[in-house]
This record gives sequence, C-alpha cells and structure tokens, in this order.
Amino acid sequence: MEEFTAVGKRVPKVDAVSKATGRAQYIQDVKLPGMLYGKILYSKYPHARIVKIDTEKAKRLPGVRVVLTGEDIPPIRMGVYKDNPPLKAGKVRSYRDEVAAVAAIDPEIAEKAIDLIEVTYEALPAVFDPEEAMGPDAPLVHEDHKTNILKMPWSLHYGDVDAAKSEAAFSVEDRFTTTWVTHCCMGTSGAIADFDHANNLTVYTNTQIPSLAQKDFLETLKALGLKNNRVRVIKPYIGGGFGSKLDTYAYEHVAILLAWHARRPVKIMFGREEEFVATSTRQPTIIHISMGCDKEGKLLYRDMSMVLDNGAYTSWGVTTPSVMMMPITSLYRVPNVRYVAKCVYTNNTYSQAMRGYGNPQATFAIESAIDMLAEAAGIDRMEFRRINCNQPGDLTPQGFRITTCGLPECIEAVSEKLHLERPKEPGVGTGVASLIHVGGGARIYKSDGCGTIIKMDDYGNANVFTGASDMGQGADTILAQIVAEQLGIRVDNVNVIHQDTDVCPWDVGAHASRTTFVAGNSALGAAAKIRKRLLELAAQALEAHVDDMVLREGAAFVKGSPAVKVPISKLLRNAHFTPNGEMMMADYFYDPANENMGRDFRGNMSATYSFGTHGVRVRVDEATGKVEILDYVAAHDVGRAINPLLLDGQVYGGVLMGVGYALTEQVILDKGRNMNPDFRDYKILTAKDSIPLTPVVIETIDEAGPYGAKGIGEPGCVPTAPAIANAIYDAVGVRIKDLPITPERVLAAIKKKKGIDSCGIDPLTEKEQPCE
Amino acid sequence: MSKDLKFVLNGNRMEMAIEEHWTLLHLLREELGLTGTKEGCGSGECGACTVIVDGLAVNSCLYLAVELEGKDVLTIEGLASADGTLHPLQKSFVEHGGIQCGFCSPGMILSSKALLDENPRPTDEEIQHALAGNLCRCTGYVPIFESVKAVIQKDSEDIGVVVREAGSSSDS
Repeated sequence: MEEFTAVGKRVPKVDAVSKATGRAQYIQDVKLPGMLYGKILYSKYPHARIVKIDTEKAKRLPGVRVVLTGEDIPPIRMGVYKDNPPLKAGKVRSYRDEVAAVAAIDPEIAEKAIDLIEVTYEALPAVFDPEEAMGPDAPLVHEDHKTNILKMPWSLHYGDVDAAKSEAAFSVEDRFTTTWVTHCCMGTSGAIADFDHANNLTVYTNTQIPSLAQKDFLETLKALGLKNNRVRVIKPYIGGGFGSKLDTYAYEHVAILLAWHARRPVKIMFGREEEFVATSTRQPTIIHISMGCDKEGKLLYRDMSMVLDNGAYTSWGVTTPSVMMMPITSLYRVPNVRYVAKCVYTNNTYSQAMRGYGNPQATFAIESAIDMLAEAAGIDRMEFRRINCNQPGDLTPQGFRITTCGLPECIEAVSEKLHLERPKEPGVGTGVASLIHVGGGARIYKSDGCGTIIKMDDYGNANVFTGASDMGQGADTILAQIVAEQLGIRVDNVNVIHQDTDVCPWDVGAHASRTTFVAGNSALGAAAKIRKRLLELAAQALEAHVDDMVLREGAAFVKGSPAVKVPISKLLRNAHFTPNGEMMMADYFYDPANENMGRDFRGNMSATYSFGTHGVRVRVDEATGKVEILDYVAAHDVGRAINPLLLDGQVYGGVLMGVGYALTEQVILDKGRNMNPDFRDYKILTAKDSIPLTPVVIETIDEAGPYGAKGIGEPGCVPTAPAIANAIYDAVGVRIKDLPITPERVLAAIKKKKGIDSCGIDPLTEKEQPCE
Repeated sequence: MSKDLKFVLNGNRMEMAIEEHWTLLHLLREELGLTGTKEGCGSGECGACTVIVDGLAVNSCLYLAVELEGKDVLTIEGLASADGTLHPLQKSFVEHGGIQCGFCSPGMILSSKALLDENPRPTDEEIQHALAGNLCRCTGYVPIFESVKAVIQKDSEDIGVVVREAGSSSDS
C-alpha cells in the first residue's frame, strides 16, 4: 500500500479562505481606471426584419460615448457553425438577439441610452417547434442555409439492428422528451475589454476556455483590421461554470467592439434577468428509443433517434449528440446500435454545453427503457443490469476501450446501501440508473492537451502555471496536491496560477470532466522532472545513491534514515547560488492517448471511462402528485479520490442539480419568449429541498490517471432523472417520460391510470383536452 | 436627494452623505468598495448579498441605505478578527467543503451567523429554514449544513465561548 502525504487527503480548497473572507475578486468586483459601462439592446420579436435603427437620441444623451448596431461592425461570426454575429444586422431570429449596444460613463446612463434607441421591425412568421421546423413550409431561420435542419449528420449504425429486432424475445419502444434548463451560476456573466497603447487587447472574462476564448477574440481583432496584435485573457474568480462558459458570447465581443471605438476599457455585466434570457441552455430533446433483449435478458439492440431544438444560432449544443453516442452505444453491453440525431433551427434561445453535455438526456431515455425492458422480460431490474453490465477489458461497439470499470461494484453498492430488499410500502418506491462518462479527457478538439510550467523559488515553494481553469470545482487544489505529493512538500507550499493566458500554457478548456485527469497528468509530468533533479541534488548532498533518496515534508533523506535530512529549500539555494548555477524550472505538455472519432463515429474518445449507479427511494403523494426523496445513494467509480472532500462536493452538487433537472427546473418559453427569468419562477433547489444523500466512492486506480484518478465533475447529474422516474414507477405504477417531473404531470398520470376523467390542459402533452 | 447618515459598519463609526435611493448593497459595493458582499440577482431571491443589520440577516439589495440610521451593520469583511483569525463559521466552511465557487459564501456564512446568534443550538430543520433564502448551485447544501453543524458541536464542547466571542463585532 502506497503511503501518500497529499494525495487522497481531505485538503480544503486552496482558495477557500479568500472566498470565506470576501477577498476573492470576481468579474463583478473588477474596475479599471476610466472604465465605461456597456449595455445591450435585445430584440422585441422572435423573428423579424430590422427595417431601421435610429440611434440619434441615444448618441446625444450626455455621458454616452459609443453606440453600435450590426451595421457598424465588421463581419464577426461566433459559434461552431459561425452563424452568429455579436450584433445582428438585417434580421433578428430570437428574443435574445443583440441589435445594438451602448457604452457610457455609468450603467444608469447606458441603460437610459438603450431605451432611447428606436428600432423599427417587420415581424416575420416564426417557428418554435423543432418538428414543425423540419416541415417543408416552415419559415427559414437562416434563409441562406436553405433548411432548418443543420447539416451535421449525427448518424451511426453498428451491427445489424433490424436483424436483432427480429430475434429479440422482448422489446420496448417509447418517446421521451426533455426541456430547456439553465446553469444558474450564482455569479452572473460579465467581461471587460481593454486595449493598450499598441492596440493589444486584454479581456477579463468569466470563461472555462481561456485558450479557445483567446482564439475567438483574436478573430474579432482580425475583423477590426488588427492582424498582428495580441490577446490576453484574464480570468477572475468564477461564480460557477457548469458548461455555461464553454463558448464565447456576444457580450464579450460587444465589449471588445465598444472598447475599440471608445478607446477606453468597457465592462458589460449581466443582471439576473439578462443571465436567464441571454445565456444558453441545455438542449431540449425529443427522443425515440427502442430496445430489446433475448429471453435470458441479454441486450440485443438499442435503436434511438432524436430531434434537438438548436435554437436560432449554433453553439456547442449542436455537438451534444457526439457525447450522447457514448451512453447510447456503451452504457451496458449492447452489440447492435443505431442512432440518428437532427439538430434543428428554431426561433427559440440557442443551447450550449451544460454539465453532462447531452448525457443526462440520453441516459434519461436509456435507463427508463432498461427498467421497462426488465419488466417486460420478467427479470429483476438489478439482475437485468448485472447481466448486461460493462466489464474491464470490454471493447464497445463505438470502439471505446474499457480499462478499469467499477460499474459492477456501483450496482452492488446501491443495492446494499439503499436496502432494496426492504418490503415495499404503499406509495413508496425505489429506482436505480447507471451512467458511463468520459473519465480520461475527451478528444473533441485537435488537441485534448494541457500544459504546465513549474518554477521553484529559493525557499522550497512551487509556483505552478497551469492551463487548467478553476471555476470553483477545485482544480487548483487537486493540482497543488499532485505537485506536493511529487515534490515531498506541503500543499501550502504550492501556488497554482491559472488565471492568465500571458503566463499560463495552453489548455483546451474545463469540459468533459477532464481537468483532474488531463491537467493532473500534465502537472504530474512537470513535477516529476523537478523531482528527478531534486533527488539527484539530494543524493550528492547526502552522498548516497539517488534511488535511495526520499522527498518528504520539505526535506530529502536516505530511505530509512529520516533523521539525517537536507531541506529542499537548501538544495534549491545551493543549486542556484553557485558558479554556473541553475534555477529549478520544468515544463510538460500532456495530451492523452485518446482518439478523435472517425467518420463512422468510432474511436476511443477517452483514455478511460467513469461509471456510476444512483439509487433513490421516493414517496409519491397520490392526492397531489408530489414526489418526496426519502433516501439517495450515488456510487461512482472515480479511479482514485485525490481529494475526498472535493469529490463529495462534486457528487452532492451534481446530484442536486440532477434532482432539479428531474423535478423542478424548466425555462418556460412561450413562442420564444422567456416567461420565468428569475429565481421565483425558475426553481433551482434550495436548502429546504436538499436530500439525504450517501455518496459511495469506488476506487479502481486507473493506470492512465494521475495517481489512478478519473474525472468526476459531470457524472453526478447524469443518471438522476431516470433513477427518480424509475422510483416513481415503482411507487405508484406510472411512467413519466417528460422532464421535469412536476406534480401536475405525476397527478395527471395517476388519474389517467385510475381512469379518472380530467379535462382542461393535459400536463403530459400540454394540449387541451375535452371534458369527457 | 442626499442625506447624512450615521451608522456602525464592522465596528467602525461611519458618518457620510448618501443618496436616498441607494440600496445598502450599492452603498457597500460601489461607494465603500466592500465587494465581499455579492449581487446575485438584485431582487432578494438569491441571498448572495446577505449582511447582518442589528443582528438580523437581510438582503442588502432590498434594504435602503437611509434605513441604516443608528444601526449596526456586519459584512463579511468584518467577520474575521482584526488579526486575521477566521470566525469559527468561516473556518468551518473552509474545512468542511462549504465553499466551491464561493459566490454565495459571504451571504451563506452571514445567514448562518445570524441563525447561531439567535439560536445557538438549531435543529437540522432550523438550519435549512434559516438558509432557504441563500441559493447555492455548487455544493448541494450538504457540506454547508455540515459546516454549520460542526460549529454547533464545537460550541457545545467549549460551552458557548467560540461563537459568542467572535460574534461580538455586531454588538447588538
């Protein structure tokens, strides 16, 4: 058994004291001398021609410095499909379309100026239902695209699904839907753009992707004619990410444009309503699934098709089918798989990345259908999952190489801790659902890498410059522990710098639960170089063999003789302050050995995979439809828990976000307009809604991970909704196939099952039904 | 209209001219540069701007600065001792994982303090009730409850000294 001094310990977050005392500076708190305040004017229509914009009154308002419209800016296109200009010209395609922007000496004047801009619109027919939007007569959201269906053909077929269907002893088929939900970071979005005397740009922004944001901002500079200028991205403390900051947004580019015209720094800061309306959601889905097994319960095929509401523009939401493919092809052993997804333009808000990145939607349908199929086959649901469980050494149909796999242990842990054997009470039920997720990075970009530079000072401290982005999850703490472990120093002696592209190396971004694995391996690689050199110096100083040297608690000694030691600080100074001296520095770039998906979408996307099983006991009130969570067990294969305190935090937070997704959260769009842009009406769970949750950590020590660790940022919120839906079915015999599972939906389903007539709006279909 | 205001802020006597429409949040963040108090919504829904006025946790975004006349305000900047020693609640939030992104933390810690000052032995339900107005998107609340409960347990071992001593700065 290895004995660690930093890894595996419940080390408090290294930035926690700064946050507990109010010292931590978020974008809200940053002010630059001479800074102006920007505001954005949004569309009044979901789809309209812009006939005229009159900015004269706004420009004449004292204190206003710049007013811009889509006609005033060079061609800039944001997003993966490059279909989204930061200010729209010609027409608007959703209520959140930015039509003009103002910079003024204070936020109130900027707000007044926005009100003085007169826009004349000519309303166009709009489309809000993605299935309608695919029809031949649907209004086109982007005329030059010729169709509302995005030309990204997400389609795979492994094995022979049709043949498997004819062989299946048992089959189920159904339709599931999921709706818009949003990240609700407690700190709203904001950015400051600042040009220096030579037109180099610094952007202070909330971002999970400093390096890719830098690239996007460079393109905006190029559009301004600044081809040889530099961009520096500075990331203050981030008040929550969850995927929301994985792309650059209009407000960031607008701040740059305003700053360029004003020749002064410009800050744009969102209020809460703007945050709800003008940032992106998780993508809604309409899912058809059919799945079958043989008479022993072995899965034979899984056949899924989806329609995703892309909204009016294209951000990372359009690529979520690539991640949905992971559970579809590889959650449980299933030899024949078919999947096709269409992303469709509508005049709704556009979607983005959100924790789980498509996995929660796909897993909702898959794990609901697994319970349905187990029931159809007459096999116990846990036994059914055991029969089909992924195992170490598996190669899945999509070409994923399963190395370590703790799924069998997770299933057993849930069975045991949730006491599934307990006799059933009326109105009480249990449900389970499992997950697979990338745990060793995810190669969706040309590089999945992360760089680290370590610079030792003369006193035994390590400055670690990492590409990783901390957004509260604790990346900096994990990296500090890894470096401390390698160098035999205390975590307090490691200073992690992750805020600035001018000093930090490249990283693809904080997504895909990749930071502990990729940035961790990168930090490990750099620290190992320093360690090697320190051991050599120690061996010289102590006149011993290098292989016998130990680094621990800031000193080096010969194995077995800790009494005779030399401080690391002394080794560093001796090396530094000597003729032809050396400074102890090292760099390392780690890019995992995972693969881009091929044309057939095959490829080992991740260097290892995370698994988990959730189990929940609910009570359903048959009179009101209210669902109460009595007990919840979340078992995760994490490789190794580098920091159990932070790991539990990811699980507690992820699960509660998942419970919100399952039961309460919904951005209500009425013909494209956000009807609930505040916390009164958009229900994230509060302290009173917290649940009794038992996290179970399964360690499989994956040899590819840093000290054996896998990623765990997203998995907590992946299988929550199907676990709860399965528990509701177990409790009262109704299967809810649409999220969120509101009391209205549960009650309507209970009434329907009991044959009670009801009339009015049917919460299941949201369509009016006649009184019978 | 501007108005003269006298109040106590983190133990310091303040006399200043304010505008009548200023909220306490605006006064703290924009006029006094105390940015530890956060604005999460500006409409009293999220609790990120919670401060303690005369012993009560209030949403400073909904509290007009003119109402402060003669009152005693405690913000997160005034919670640790002058020598930098953390208040037991701050220390406990740090040690028990009660802080992730940290945006809700100042408000969450001050709501917890107001609760413990009023009710040094709260039940789990009382803790949940007291923190229901402070939203957190990162932690799932469980580590926050653990942070508060650890202080109560410590307090009962030390016969009440820890919480009350450190709470003296609000002096109400």
